[in-house]
Amino acid sequence: MTFTLSEEQTLLKDAARDFCREQAPVTRLRKMRDDKKNGRDPELWAEMAAMGWAGILVPEEFGGAGLGYVGLGLVLEQAGRTLVASPLHSTALVGASALLLGGSDAQKKEWLPKIAAGEVTFALAVDESAHHAPAKSKLKVAGGKISGTKKYVADGHTADLLLVVGGDGLYLVKADASGVTRRELITVDSRGAADITFDNAPAEKLEGGAKLVQQVLDRAAIGLAAEMLGQAQEAFEITNEYLKTRKQFGQYIGSFQALQHRAAKMFTDIELTRSCILAALDALDRDAEDVSEYASLAKARASDMLHVVSNEFVQMHGGIGMTDAHDAGLYMKRARVAEALYGGATYHRDRYATLLGF
Amino acid sequence: MTDVKLEQFRKETRAWLEENCPASMRSTFTSEDEIVWGGRNAKFANPDSKLWLDRMAERGWTAPTWPKEYSGGGLSKEENLILQSELKRINARVPLYSFGLWMLGPVLLEYANEEQKKRHLPPAIRGEIRWCQGYSEPGAGSDLAGLQTKCEDKGDHWLINGQKIWTSYANYADWCFCLVRTDTSVKHEGISFILIDMTSPGVETRPIKLISGNSPFCETFFTDVKVAKENMVGKLNGGWEIAKRLLQYERSNISGFGSGARTDVVDIAKQNVGLDEDGRLDDRDLRARIAEHKMFERAYALTAQRAAEEAKAGGNVSHITSMFKVAGATLNIDRCELMVEAAGSRAFGWAGEGYGADELAVTRGWLRSKGNSIEGGTTEVNLNVVAKRVLGLRDTQ
Repeated sequence: MTFTLSEEQTLLKDAARDFCREQAPVTRLRKMRDDKKNGRDPELWAEMAAMGWAGILVPEEFGGAGLGYVGLGLVLEQAGRTLVASPLHSTALVGASALLLGGSDAQKKEWLPKIAAGEVTFALAVDESAHHAPAKSKLKVAGGKISGTKKYVADGHTADLLLVVGGDGLYLVKADASGVTRRELITVDSRGAADITFDNAPAEKLEGGAKLVQQVLDRAAIGLAAEMLGQAQEAFEITNEYLKTRKQFGQYIGSFQALQHRAAKMFTDIELTRSCILAALDALDRDAEDVSEYASLAKARASDMLHVVSNEFVQMHGGIGMTDAHDAGLYMKRARVAEALYGGATYHRDRYATLLGF
Repeated sequence: MTDVKLEQFRKETRAWLEENCPASMRSTFTSEDEIVWGGRNAKFANPDSKLWLDRMAERGWTAPTWPKEYSGGGLSKEENLILQSELKRINARVPLYSFGLWMLGPVLLEYANEEQKKRHLPPAIRGEIRWCQGYSEPGAGSDLAGLQTKCEDKGDHWLINGQKIWTSYANYADWCFCLVRTDTSVKHEGISFILIDMTSPGVETRPIKLISGNSPFCETFFTDVKVAKENMVGKLNGGWEIAKRLLQYERSNISGFGSGARTDVVDIAKQNVGLDEDGRLDDRDLRARIAEHKMFERAYALTAQRAAEEAKAGGNVSHITSMFKVAGATLNIDRCELMVEAAGSRAFGWAGEGYGADELAVTRGWLRSKGNSIEGGTTEVNLNVVAKRVLGLRDTQ
């Protein structure tokens, strides 16, 4: 295992950082929200695809960069910093890895080049109730067709292709296929989602059965944790800066010990969680046996950590943190959604205990 | 160094350890009595312990990265990593526990003059001299720089008067590295760092009994103690910088306590709480909290590994020592509390036949762990350090 970035990875991270700061700052999310686009910003995704990020996982033979999960995690983290609303997670990570792990040669040939080119987007349809419980799927499969209902499918309202979790495996469904009905959800984080009903919708089963479902969910959890790390890092840096500039009682508020200790604990929590997420991404690139342990470790800790950091973002800013004009609220809204998606801290602690044998 | 040479080093090290590490030294300590602290009155629970120490010290491998001219091992960082992994591979015991090695040595290498290094480093490496740390005083705990032990210049010697407290194992130590006040008109700038022979007339130690029933700490009294002029390290009134640097070594050492537990909390819980039909701990709330703790433990270990890699790559990670101290202490305290909770009434024994040695160790360990967030700088003081040095937050004006 290593935490040390290669030169290529460092360049990728720097490029992603610059791009997100210059082309996709939080003002871009704000404008998209105010224009009532509910997560739609295809121009931005086209720019990101042009940077090569849609195909980070896609091997060169299919038109991608083949830079691996650590590389993609670095970009997701930078995108998290400025709350970039894009299909990076659902397509470049989930879509590409599902096809790489479980796609037939024909499926890979058909879809991977389109993913790398930014021409198609994916969404992972997993939950069937208000909470994450993939093992309890009631999806019905008969004669190459699926029936059932999926709730809160992130990016599900815009995706061209759906990866649908069933009890026995993962199914690839075209979003415009017959029998697919989408109800768009306007969501608190301004990204949008969809409840989707399948009524005898034609579906292609990917190879790998229930194991593939677990592999893809692990990847989704780890990738989202990387995005959450970026959100927390940015939220913390802005908060720490505010502690150094805001004065009350004739003092910088950052000189008050009650705030200093909370800031020091957040810093510690972010650093400890960063190690878990980097190790989890590295475990994916190594194809390690204990990826699931790392996934639950990374997602549970990221959820708990971001919960605190996003709340403190508001609290330490006082009244200004409650205003829509300030970014703190945007981070807190996205934080809660990300905390719960693909399992929150409670879910992953339970899973971790089971994996550790107690 | 090339990979080929490192591989050669690994091969030679493995062969040497195979030949020289006694079989009885290839197992975890079963009691604290088996730990070797060295010194003039060194105790060896086992003749192999002495043999193992002497063989390792002969090569300087009790201080692998210190220069050879002071009897150290002279190894590079890479070679030391190989040595440590080879030691771990055969589960070799640490041959010598020593404040001289962990705390004093590194600052002597940085701040002492040539004569002091030649005199004090080799005996520490060989475990011939046992050191103690004269830092805290009754009136100077978290506010360490408020210390008052007086050190006067008497021309041909220094004269020391005052009291230290929480001096670990002072009653067994041969020498003490000590912070003393050499200027009363200023605070931090009036402190000096001095080395005192504990056999000097006027030195007295009294063990302090702790809630765990053990006495790892002492009160140490200095009454008209004469100290040779050459025993001051660094400049007169320049001791605070050395003191702080030494604390970094001490804190990284205490934070390492986090990984030393002998019994696993999960095993204790399985035994005393039991499992349900699905193989889950039969107390869902405790199970969730143990899982959270296990994640914290893993996160801590991964972060220590990351910091080691960053240090190796040349990054400056010394500033996060305080972060590790706080996290390591919190981790160990959490673990001890969970073990007591999981053990139920099996953790309420104190002595006698009704409780096993492992169970009594849980109880005593829990009580001892309460010191982790106090010794070497309290959690509160270390959070102050993180806030100021790492986050750049200021003091109130």
